[in-house]
Order: sequence, then structure tokens, then C-alpha cells
Amino acid sequence: MNVVPEARMMNTAWRDGPPPSPPVTLNGAGPATAGPAPGRAVIRLTEVSKIYGRGPGAVHALDRLSLTVGEGEFVCLVGASGCGKSTLLSIVADLDPATAGQVETGGQRVALMFQEPALFPWLTARRNVELALRARKVPRPERGRRAAELLDAVRLGGFADKRPHELSGGMRQRVALARALAQDAEILLMDEPFGALDAMTRDLLHDELERICAERQLSVLFVTHNVREAARLSDRVVLLSSRPGRVIEEYQVPRTGQRRIDSASVAELAATITDRLRTEMRRHGGG
Amino acid sequence: MAAVKTKPTGGQDAALTGLDNLELGQPLTAAPARTVRTIWAATWPKLLAIALVLGVWQVAYVGDFRGDRTSGLLKSPATTLSGLWTQLQHATLWGAINVTLQTAVQGFALALLIGSAVGALVSRIPPLRAAIGSMISALQTMPSIAWFPFAIIFFGATRSAILFVMVLGAAPSIANGLITGVDYTPPLLLRAGRTMGLRGIALWRHLILPASLPAYLAGLKQGWAFAWRSLMAGELLVILIGQPPSLGVLLNTAQDNQDLAGAIAIMIVILVIGIVVDMIFTKADLIVRRRRGLIGSSAA
Repeated sequence: MNVVPEARMMNTAWRDGPPPSPPVTLNGAGPATAGPAPGRAVIRLTEVSKIYGRGPGAVHALDRLSLTVGEGEFVCLVGASGCGKSTLLSIVADLDPATAGQVETGGQRVALMFQEPALFPWLTARRNVELALRARKVPRPERGRRAAELLDAVRLGGFADKRPHELSGGMRQRVALARALAQDAEILLMDEPFGALDAMTRDLLHDELERICAERQLSVLFVTHNVREAARLSDRVVLLSSRPGRVIEEYQVPRTGQRRIDSASVAELAATITDRLRTEMRRHGGG
Repeated sequence: MAAVKTKPTGGQDAALTGLDNLELGQPLTAAPARTVRTIWAATWPKLLAIALVLGVWQVAYVGDFRGDRTSGLLKSPATTLSGLWTQLQHATLWGAINVTLQTAVQGFALALLIGSAVGALVSRIPPLRAAIGSMISALQTMPSIAWFPFAIIFFGATRSAILFVMVLGAAPSIANGLITGVDYTPPLLLRAGRTMGLRGIALWRHLILPASLPAYLAGLKQGWAFAWRSLMAGELLVILIGQPPSLGVLLNTAQDNQDLAGAIAIMIVILVIGIVVDMIFTKADLIVRRRRGLIGSSAA
């Protein structure tokens, strides 16, 4: 096994050299275009494993998982419970070390969004965003202007002085998005960010997210257990197995203009993925 | 919703904005107007409680069940309160209040400094927590009056002895409040802070300390109660020679003179000061919790 323990290579020149080709399975989801991810890779995971605990009680959350996300690509990670989706994001965000394998983000800045907004309740929406700017050492006079811009970008310009508890769930999540954008990251990691929202709000936020990612050319790694959401948003859907988490299937989603959650193509892809996911679950059911 | 078909343009924005407006449809902070009616609603129960106490007292006085009135020990509420009123016209009582409050502020400030420093260190340094973490709680259970023999032997009958016991009484509560606050900082917020790039001092200043504020305030409030009790015990036990009299000294004098009315009058003063300071802490706590949405804005 050719793994480097706890290797984390930042700012390396790997992009110039020949990139190691990860085991990518491309499987038919309509006219899937096989080939490399669009643009250069901004996230490259090579044989990443994560083991919690030691000895017989150890849990293999991730097992030699390899994955790349191209520049400007929107990749959704889908899988049943226990596939280590959140663990994977924590590792990419450098909140958690990998047990083995390589995680490369090419020195790009990474922002992470959670299922909960995780806003600081004692600060107003504006101050929450400003704090992220401050953590990045943005000079004070600039902070107010940038925060106002970001809140406008998530269409909350009129609510800058509200505290989180005065906002609705969807609005809080948009403030969290503004805060993530304030980190001026090239890579946005999202851990089921719309999981706690009602369907109608979620649909509207899908449109918003799509617009913002396109405007800012963000590369997104988006974790969800909602297959339709994945089919709606992504350029590529990556299906993970459970315990240990491994890539079992990838679905390239052709960019065919405007997509909606109830589009036929979205529904078709979602059905394909769901079938494959059920097969994987049956494996755990002993059948 | 049929209109929302195009790429995010006007229709899309309008849908989102419309949803926002609908979700926030109900008035957010319909602060009740502080009318005479609401003030009265908050006041009459308190007035009733005071009236009840005075009523029981009056009954005891009129009934004279133990013969305390005939022996001249028990005075009527009216006599006692008018005695207090007379004392309030004189400089002696105000001087005593001044002396006591100065000690209170000094002792509490010391306890605040020491308690906060100890709390910050213990919550940050695991070995230190293992060493003295449980001792802080043990100190809290120690009745402060039990420290006085030690303090008087060590410092003599001085103001320092009183301050020492006040700090020992109040600092553990303050330290514990801070430690609790730090421990209960939501892990999710810590993760959010770390992904934002908050580290070290910045993480403390912008995340851990503000997150700890409610528990810290609760610690301060409890610390004040301990400090105030220790101070009263100290003023009764430690007689400072050649100093202007404090409330405790006046209370001692009343005891020496078998002046029950005088003692009750001073006790009322002590009670009122304690209540007023407690109200300040309660108010601060309410403001902090309301700003964080931990209580409804209409709760008073």
C-alpha cells in the first residue's frame, strides 16, 4: 500500500507535474462525457483513509478514497449514513487529519459550511460576516463595505442588522453562505447545507447557490443525502459506499442549460443513483 | 410560481424576497410599550408581599404573644420605619453605607480579577484543571465565615482580613462561571471559528469569551451574593478600631443596646442594597440572553 501517513501537501507544485490518475469509474447517466474534470484539479485526494480509534474497535470511516474536484466544478458526494461524507469534508478543510493518504488543495483557500448555520448568536448578520473578513486580516475600513456587498449577494442587504435568532432558517443559512464567501476561498465545502430547510426554500437556494458559484467561479464539494439535490446541482455526482467509505460510482452530469429539481433529466439521474444506492444498502442488509 | 422559469433574474429574486417577507411576516420585536399599566402589573405583587410582611409584623406586635411588646423589645412597624427614616436624615447611616459599599466594591473587584484570571487559566491548561479544578468547587462549599479565624490570625483585625474572606467567597463562583462558559462553548461554533481562521487569542476574544458571557454573568451574580454575605459577616466579626463605622458596626451597636428597631432598620438597608445589586445583575443577564434570542423579547 503506497500511502504516506498524515501527509498534507499544501502549496506544492503538483499541478505542474503529471498528476496521478485516480481510479475513476464513469458510469452511464445519459450521455456521460468521460474524461478529465473540467479545468485543472483544485482538490486531489489520493488513497485517503480515516480510522477512528485503535484495535478491534476501530472504525474505518474512509478507506483509500481517491477523488478530484476540478476548477469551477460542482461535485456532490452522495451516500447513505456512515459513508464518512462529513469526515471527508473535515479532512479537506484541515479540521481533522487523515490517518493515511494525501490531501492536496494546491494552497487554495477552503471555506466550509455546515448543516447548521453556526452563526455567532451575539453578532448581527453584518458583524458575523465582518468577523470572517477580520480573521482574514481585511483592514477595518474595507470590512463594512465588503460585508454589505456579500449580504447583497445573498439578497439579505436589508437584514444586515438583524441577529441570527431574528432570521428564518433559510436566511440564516444565506448569512452563513455570505460568511463562507467572506473567506474569499476558491474552494467551498458544503456539508448538507440545506438539509434542515423546507423544500420550497431549498429550491430557491439551489438557484442562488448556482448563480453565486458561477459568478465567483467556485469549486464546490457538496455533501448531501438528497439524491435529487445532487442531480439538480452538480456537474458530477460521486457515490460513496458505507463503512468504510469508498467511491463506488461517479456520474457525470452534462451541463444542459437551466436545470430544475423537477426537470425530467434530474429525475432520471436521481432514479439511477437511487437504484445504485439501494443496491449498496442491501449489501449491508445481508441480502 | 409559474413565473419563475428563467435564469436567476427579477422573478427569482422576487420569489426569494417574497419568501423572506412571508417568513418574517409576524412582527419580530413587538416590544410592549412600557405603559403605566405594565409597570403596575410588575409592581403590585412586590407591594403585596411587603404589605403581607408588615401585616404579620403588626399582628405580632398587637397580639403581643410573647410579651415582647410589654417588655419594650418589639416595636411596631410604624415606629421602626419612622426610626429608619430618622436615621436616613443623619450622616451616620449614610457614612456607614458609604464605608460598606467601598469595601464591597473593592472586595468584589479583587474577586473579579482573581476569579477571572484563575478561571481563564484553569479552562485553558488541562494539568492545572486536573490539579485545582475540583478544589475550586470545594472552596465554594466552604462557608466563608469559617475563614475568619484564619484571616484574623493571618492579617490581624484589619480590612485586609475582610477583603481576603470576600475574595475567597466570591472568586470561586466567578472562576467556575467562566470555566462553565468556556466548556459549554458549542463545538459547532468552534469548528466554524477555526474554519474562518480564528486562532489563539483571536479565537478567545471573538468566540470563546463572548460565548461564555451568559455563564460568566451567572458566576458574577453568585459571586456578588457570596461577597456581600462575607462582607456582612466580616463587619460583624472584625471590629476595626478607629475607623468610621460600617453597617456591620451599626448592627453591632444596635445589638449591644438591645435596640431591636435599630437592628431591623439596618437589616432593611442591607437587604435593599443586596436586592438592588442583584437586580442590576439580573438585568444584565436578561439583556444578554435577549440579544441572543435565548428568551422571547416579551419576557420581562
